[in-house]
Amino acid sequence: MMNLDSTVTVAVKKFGAEREQLLPVLQYVVSKEKWLSEDTLAEVARVFDMSAAEVYGVASFYSFLDTEARGEYVIRVCRTISCDMSGKEAIMEALQKTLRISVGETSSDRKFTLLETNCIGWCAEGPAMLVNDEAYTNLTPEKVVEVLQGYMNRT
Amino acid sequence: METVKLTINDIKVEVNEGATILDAAKKIGIRIPTLCHHDDLCVAGRCRVCVVEQKGARLLQASCAVPAAEGMQIYTNTQKVREARRTILELLLSEHSGECTSCYRSNNCELQALAQEYLVIGGAFIDVSDKSPIDVSSPSLVKDNGKCIKCLRCVRTCAELQGVSALWNTHKGNKTRIETFLNKPMHYVVCTNCGQCVNRCPTGALTEKAYIQSVWRAIDDPEKHVVVQTAPAVRVGLGEALGMEPGGVVTGKMVTALKMLGFDSVLDTDFTADLTIMEEGTELLTRLKTALQDGKPTPLPMMTSCSPGWIKFIEHEYPSLLDNLSTCKSPQQMFGALAKTYYAEKIGVDPARMVSVSVMPCTAKKFEANRPEMKSSGFKDVDYVLTTRELAHMIRQAGLSFANLEERKFDSIMGESTGAAVIFGATGGVMEAALRTAYELVTGREVPFRNLNIEPVRGMEGVRAASIKIENVKEEWKFLEGAELKVAVAHGLANARKLMKEAEKGASPYHFIEIMACPGGCIGGGGQPIPTSPEIRLKRAAAIYAADEALPLRKSHDNPEIKMIYREFLGAPLGHKSHELLHTHYARRNRS
Repeated sequence: MMNLDSTVTVAVKKFGAEREQLLPVLQYVVSKEKWLSEDTLAEVARVFDMSAAEVYGVASFYSFLDTEARGEYVIRVCRTISCDMSGKEAIMEALQKTLRISVGETSSDRKFTLLETNCIGWCAEGPAMLVNDEAYTNLTPEKVVEVLQGYMNRT
Repeated sequence: METVKLTINDIKVEVNEGATILDAAKKIGIRIPTLCHHDDLCVAGRCRVCVVEQKGARLLQASCAVPAAEGMQIYTNTQKVREARRTILELLLSEHSGECTSCYRSNNCELQALAQEYLVIGGAFIDVSDKSPIDVSSPSLVKDNGKCIKCLRCVRTCAELQGVSALWNTHKGNKTRIETFLNKPMHYVVCTNCGQCVNRCPTGALTEKAYIQSVWRAIDDPEKHVVVQTAPAVRVGLGEALGMEPGGVVTGKMVTALKMLGFDSVLDTDFTADLTIMEEGTELLTRLKTALQDGKPTPLPMMTSCSPGWIKFIEHEYPSLLDNLSTCKSPQQMFGALAKTYYAEKIGVDPARMVSVSVMPCTAKKFEANRPEMKSSGFKDVDYVLTTRELAHMIRQAGLSFANLEERKFDSIMGESTGAAVIFGATGGVMEAALRTAYELVTGREVPFRNLNIEPVRGMEGVRAASIKIENVKEEWKFLEGAELKVAVAHGLANARKLMKEAEKGASPYHFIEIMACPGGCIGGGGQPIPTSPEIRLKRAAAIYAADEALPLRKSHDNPEIKMIYREFLGAPLGHKSHELLHTHYARRNRS
């Protein structure tokens, strides 16, 4: 487990602690740790000399700056209309059935978190989903299971 | 300064460049309704209820946010405007738990007043109000998201006036809420309980936690002896909550009302304000002696400790400076500790059956009274703290016609006070009172200011500094000969932070600093009548200084009851008994 303070410190060394660097720093921490813990937010607030509530306010505004614990692989299924019409429900069912979790939950081994997201720009190739930063399109229930299998087998 | 000319409802008006349409309308007496706008705060432009029509513009303009421009033709009362405002109010009401009959702010609610004015009867939209539980974790404040209309007055107050930002807008769109850090209960975050957000909340989303019922129960209990103390600023605010104009001094009527409500002893926090000066003045001189005569390190500048919002602020934000705080309890807590010891003994009442109530212009005092260390008498020193507003509620409930009450005097003992105590209610007042006494103690002469009015520490400037040259001192204060005593005053925690940043670096040039958490000091306290504005606070402050000048005694050390309590009970300032009852310690808290 990586030291939380050190991720913030590394990010601040990279970007600086001026107000306009708040988003880059938060994004950097999320890229390393998948989410922003209470300690991280408090640490960022201290380094930026801002109130913790304000940092939380900024983080909570952005869907991709999670303030709840997330697994190693965060799956975001597009819920917007074109993906929905091209079969998003079946994709979601396959994911829930395979991972044995509902939307918003994280698997007990902390490997997967299942979420919905607004449009991710793959309307022409729906249904689509993201696993961390990787996009998967033209999904079918079978293809989803295959994708999951790939992640499960990663060490 | 450049000016611009425009017309509003075909009436010509000229305003300075930068003034808003709303400012221009005010200038010619045209009222435009507002909700998110507040005279103390920056423009938000969120609620849109102030929309007006501009000739030639396709869209309605938010008059609070749009600057007046040359040649503008504005109309504030067209059908388009009226319908838009009505719809905006309907939308706001759809996210508001409209429980007006059971709401604490009923009849003092800006949303309710506008809904009534525009006759918004029966919601046109579905109820999307927040159903999250009411936050009652704090002994001072209650936060009910269901009544919040997201005007951000609280967020702006906490950021701009207090520099704390305990509240912020979180999430987005229809999930936007006003929350603390990670939506923790208010009691567990950096909130100082100052209540400035309560003063500015247009609805009942943020209110004080009321203890009215507990106080009535104590009064109704024949076994209990209920003692009440009233803070300096209450007497210049209470009238406003009972239909009188700002700026009146209602001390005598307030005393009569308290007696008619059934309090057994009606006493004055001003007595312990005078006592605070004796203790804190001596403490300052002792620290100066340690530093200047003995050459030993001692925490300077010394900082006042009367304002419990300020205390919680420094505990969270500048714990390294806690030793700089005076160890004096606030006048409220000194009073509480003495009520159940000295006073109880004097009047022959068992302190176990005494209930100690205070009326304060403050919500943070409720928190202070609940601090675990505030039990020096062996009991809870102050049982219940009421705000000025709560006292006004009780007076209304009792059916008293406040404006017509006769004027009576506080009971004795612990009812006598001086002008120095009254001015505790305004920013700079504690400093002025302390200087009146300390200077005279050291030199044997009155402070060298006309009529004892130390003007440099008065006023509404956020941070004020002054210095006094100390000359021809008495023999025992020789080390102060020729010294220049440097002092500073700040009000509003955002201003306090400026002085603390300096002090944290060891760069503070001052010996003594007064901080009041609230803008204007206690007269602008979070427990004072709503509304508040710079204008209202100036009137209350003027009333405070008028009350000071009207009193025969204006220096704390001249108070005969103060002399008596040292003679009979306390011994000397900073003596053993004082330490036990009148002084305290502070806690380090974290920043989130």
